[in-house]
Amino acid sequence: MNTPTPPPALTALQLERALQLLGHSGQPLPPGTPGSPGWLQGVIDALVELSSRDALTGLANRRAFDLALAREIDRVARSGEPALLLTLDIDHFKRVNDSWGHLAGDEVIKAVATALIDSVRPMDLVARVGGEEFAIILPNCASAFGETVAERIRRRVERTPVAVAPGQQVSVSVSIGGAFAPQWVRSTPAIWVGRADLQLYRAKGQGRNLVQLEPTAVSVVSSEEKRLLFESFQFQDTE
Amino acid sequence: MTAPLSAHDHLNITAVTSGKGGVGKTFVSANLAAGLARIGKKVLVLDADLGLANLDVVLNLYPKVTLHDVFTGKCSLREAILSAPGGFSVLLAGSGMVEYSRMTPEVRDQLQRVIAEVAPQFDHVLLDTGAGISDVVLYTVSLAGRVLVVATPEPTSLTDAYATIKVLATTQGRRRIALLVNQTRKRGEGRTVRLQLQQVVDRFVNPPLDSPVQLDLLGEIPADPAVRDAVQQRQLLVESMPGAPAAIAIMAAAARLDA
Repeated sequence: MNTPTPPPALTALQLERALQLLGHSGQPLPPGTPGSPGWLQGVIDALVELSSRDALTGLANRRAFDLALAREIDRVARSGEPALLLTLDIDHFKRVNDSWGHLAGDEVIKAVATALIDSVRPMDLVARVGGEEFAIILPNCASAFGETVAERIRRRVERTPVAVAPGQQVSVSVSIGGAFAPQWVRSTPAIWVGRADLQLYRAKGQGRNLVQLEPTAVSVVSSEEKRLLFESFQFQDTE
Repeated sequence: MTAPLSAHDHLNITAVTSGKGGVGKTFVSANLAAGLARIGKKVLVLDADLGLANLDVVLNLYPKVTLHDVFTGKCSLREAILSAPGGFSVLLAGSGMVEYSRMTPEVRDQLQRVIAEVAPQFDHVLLDTGAGISDVVLYTVSLAGRVLVVATPEPTSLTDAYATIKVLATTQGRRRIALLVNQTRKRGEGRTVRLQLQQVVDRFVNPPLDSPVQLDLLGEIPADPAVRDAVQQRQLLVESMPGAPAAIAIMAAAARLDA
């Protein structure tokens, strides 16, 4: 035996698979003496990092997104700072897969991920939350800038051709929905995501490659709503 | 990270709100509380308009100790809870609170703490919130498990009530909203108002939602000269004139709220 035997407790941990996984995913192996507390912390940190990243794009994954969203809701309710949530979906992604194959589809997803990262601030969290679905949390984003930033993202993707085969490029677009967190008011991740998704659904319905943000003043009652509200209703003469 | 407030755990807390001011929200809060007290319930009304509600005026109470003093640590919560004429308890904000025109994190936390502390001690807690759809109103409503929108059968009140319902449904995921129609001028007008509002909600609010918003009519209070008399004499209608049509209607609404 020329290698020292790790303490029994660490042997029981069976770290081989964890180390294999880290090596395979290109995570640098932790420095330090194998088995030392510092090294073990390094392994844990690397695993935490790995479990919060999407394997294909390196973006935050669904798990990390859910956690970040819950934190953001807490922060907004506490600080009253505005925060914007965008949900995005690659338009006609199935066509890319069907025409060029799944590897080409993966290239498109990676290119869109890069375009998203390149069009937001470092403090913003970009996540891949589904096959061709992404979400971005933009803390401290004033409502006046929501449209601008979402439009910038949309244009950036539109202007980024993706090489899907030798000498072959495709252009893709994204539909974007967005909603601001209600300031001071405690919301839930499900409600916030639901509001942004509703806008995304509208952007898709209106022809795709569009940005649709929830109007900040949702309290506005349209004339159509008023008409229906007062239709066939006889108001009494007030004294 | 604090756990998200689960408003639905607080089903004995009802936020009384209205889109528009001047529809009798505070009158309704005070008399509903008196009505609940008359059927043997332990009730607290909290001035959640932070000093802007006229709860003190309606109840003819001018306390030395208020919610403001609780927030600033000058007195304990128990000291600030007063007995109101109608046999219920009341927590008044005091004019010192008016400076909080915006909900600061401190006020937010204090209010949440106070409400969490009083909720288990009462059968019903009514939050008399401000009118309109400010962030303060939305926040205080978010602390309640149930929400009651007070409206009168007038175009402006209906429009504002509808706007409030829309905002509560979309931003707070409210699916059951109680409606109380005040100052009705003919029998059944409350039902008509509920139906009219429900119809617009079904058409414009409900389609994209996972489950539809349902408006429940808690009651209709007829326009009644006895109301003005009671308000002018600064008495609770259900106490001073329990036989008046409006008082009978409030008692019925109180019973329904308690059911």
